[in-house]
Amino acid sequence: MNLQKESKTLSSQTANRQSMTAIMLRRLKKNKTAMGGLFILTFMMVIAIFGPLIAPYSYTETDLFHTFGLPSLLHPFGTDELGRDIMSRLIIGSRASMKIGFLSMAGASVVGIMLGSICGYFGGKVDAVIMRFMDVFQALPPLILAIAICAALGPGLNNCILAIIISNIPGFVRITRASVLNIRRMEYLEAATAINCSTTRIIVKHILPNALSPLIVQITMGVANAIISASAMSFIGLGVQPPNPEWGAMLSAGRSYIRNYPHMVTFSGIMIMLTVLSLNMLGDGLRDALDPKLKS
Amino acid sequence: MMIPVLLGVAFLIFAIMSFTPGDPAAIILGAQATPEAIQELREKLGLNQPFLSRFFYYIKGVVTRFDFGTSYINGRNVQDEILMRFGYTFRVALLSMAFALGFGVPLGITAAVHRNTWKDSVSMTVALLGISMPTFWFGQMMSIVFALKLGLFPASGVGGIRFYILPCLTVSMMGIAAMARMTRSSMLEVIRSDYITTARAKGQEERKIIYNHALRNALIPVVTQAGATFGILLGGTLVAETVFSIPGLGSYMITSINSRDYPAIQGSVIFIAAIFGVVMLLVDILYTVIDPRIRAEFSKGGK
Repeated sequence: MNLQKESKTLSSQTANRQSMTAIMLRRLKKNKTAMGGLFILTFMMVIAIFGPLIAPYSYTETDLFHTFGLPSLLHPFGTDELGRDIMSRLIIGSRASMKIGFLSMAGASVVGIMLGSICGYFGGKVDAVIMRFMDVFQALPPLILAIAICAALGPGLNNCILAIIISNIPGFVRITRASVLNIRRMEYLEAATAINCSTTRIIVKHILPNALSPLIVQITMGVANAIISASAMSFIGLGVQPPNPEWGAMLSAGRSYIRNYPHMVTFSGIMIMLTVLSLNMLGDGLRDALDPKLKS
Repeated sequence: MMIPVLLGVAFLIFAIMSFTPGDPAAIILGAQATPEAIQELREKLGLNQPFLSRFFYYIKGVVTRFDFGTSYINGRNVQDEILMRFGYTFRVALLSMAFALGFGVPLGITAAVHRNTWKDSVSMTVALLGISMPTFWFGQMMSIVFALKLGLFPASGVGGIRFYILPCLTVSMMGIAAMARMTRSSMLEVIRSDYITTARAKGQEERKIIYNHALRNALIPVVTQAGATFGILLGGTLVAETVFSIPGLGSYMITSINSRDYPAIQGSVIFIAAIFGVVMLLVDILYTVIDPRIRAEFSKGGK
């Protein structure tokens, strides 16, 4: 009898634990903005993944008889100064932006979370040294730091990713450190230490899962910012190099012709905006869904 | 605190620039230079000295004589060039910041006070669009519409106040959006608290509740965000200068980057870090003005 009761409470506890993520997902599903964002994002990712299959023309194919074509049935978004189909270039260009956005956030979050948890957990000298380094990196606005790094490394897709990773690490370190510092005071950590868990195990299995929610939001918004920064860097000539298509680089190429052919710059900007908007919408939704103050 | 951080930035940038492949002497002399000539110039520029002593001389020059070195490309003093161009950049960034505060904060307050009404959704949609638009694209769109089609403002260059309107509107868009979002969430947090209910219960005017009770307490995160936003706007200005052909620090940096003019890049970055550092310091001072609790802590610590 007693045993049954106990197993019952146990199972209800597991049900409770599962439902934390479930609650979050349910809240997220109810949030129309977040779902809209997810929808646009999925659409953009499908375009990026299947780009070469979808694109109606080759992105390098020039057609000197049809330069500066206005949007038409053959070329829905028109053609550029060399007669290349803008729609195909936008589709292929999405691959570069997505790659930069997701890879740079993956890199920055892994390094940042590692450093941040080390700082928060160990404190003391290690913490002081790492945080002073972060102060130096944060003394420059992120975009300017990325530009400076890219200037030294030289232009290109990979250097651009590296520059964005470095300029985003301090943010992750700070957020992780702050949550870890909070969690360190909790009693269950004392319990984990008491049963002789290894430090790595404590950090990875007990601390990080509980520090995750602000990080998830930061990562989502970070991808959005990375895409904007990357296109800004390509725009000023530091990112992806022509003839490879990239939204920012296409904007920069179309700049000379905006007086007569504004369609050349309009659509690439809309693509950037839609992608970034979808990520921000999703990020806002995640923030609301993960907010413990809204528990109802 | 600011000085060691600035030294750190200077060291970082100096190190990055020094270990970059490409010999400055070879860049200055061009492709036809003989190895002897390159060697001679390296000696003259002090490039053969060890890294740390070069860094030391550079910092000594900057601190004692405000000397950022000379450009590799045109031989002009970097500091003169920076000072000449800095005004344009700073005016745009500062005006944009003023727009961001002047429009963003009221927008955020309105949204928070009228939560879940059309006012809230309209301003938050605008703000969401604002943080999602790349500055340089929005700038191009603005110049297509207002300069090329309607002919209201000049599309590029510098001159009177009319030349600043489009760049400032462009750059401030992101700031307005960021400030509005931060103000709204911070106000929402405060409006729920007990002392607001108390203020209402004692019959205080609603306007005074919002501005004197709620806003004052909601300001700290807003001011923090304002500091970060200034950094974003500064970055945005650098990029927007290309769009509007403004001869500011941004276009200087970009030309220098393209011609591998390392002293120029180095100087501009350190200069921007210093400006940003001063702004962050002002933010810290503002905290004590806004929040008497922080002020009290300071004076206690000082004793």
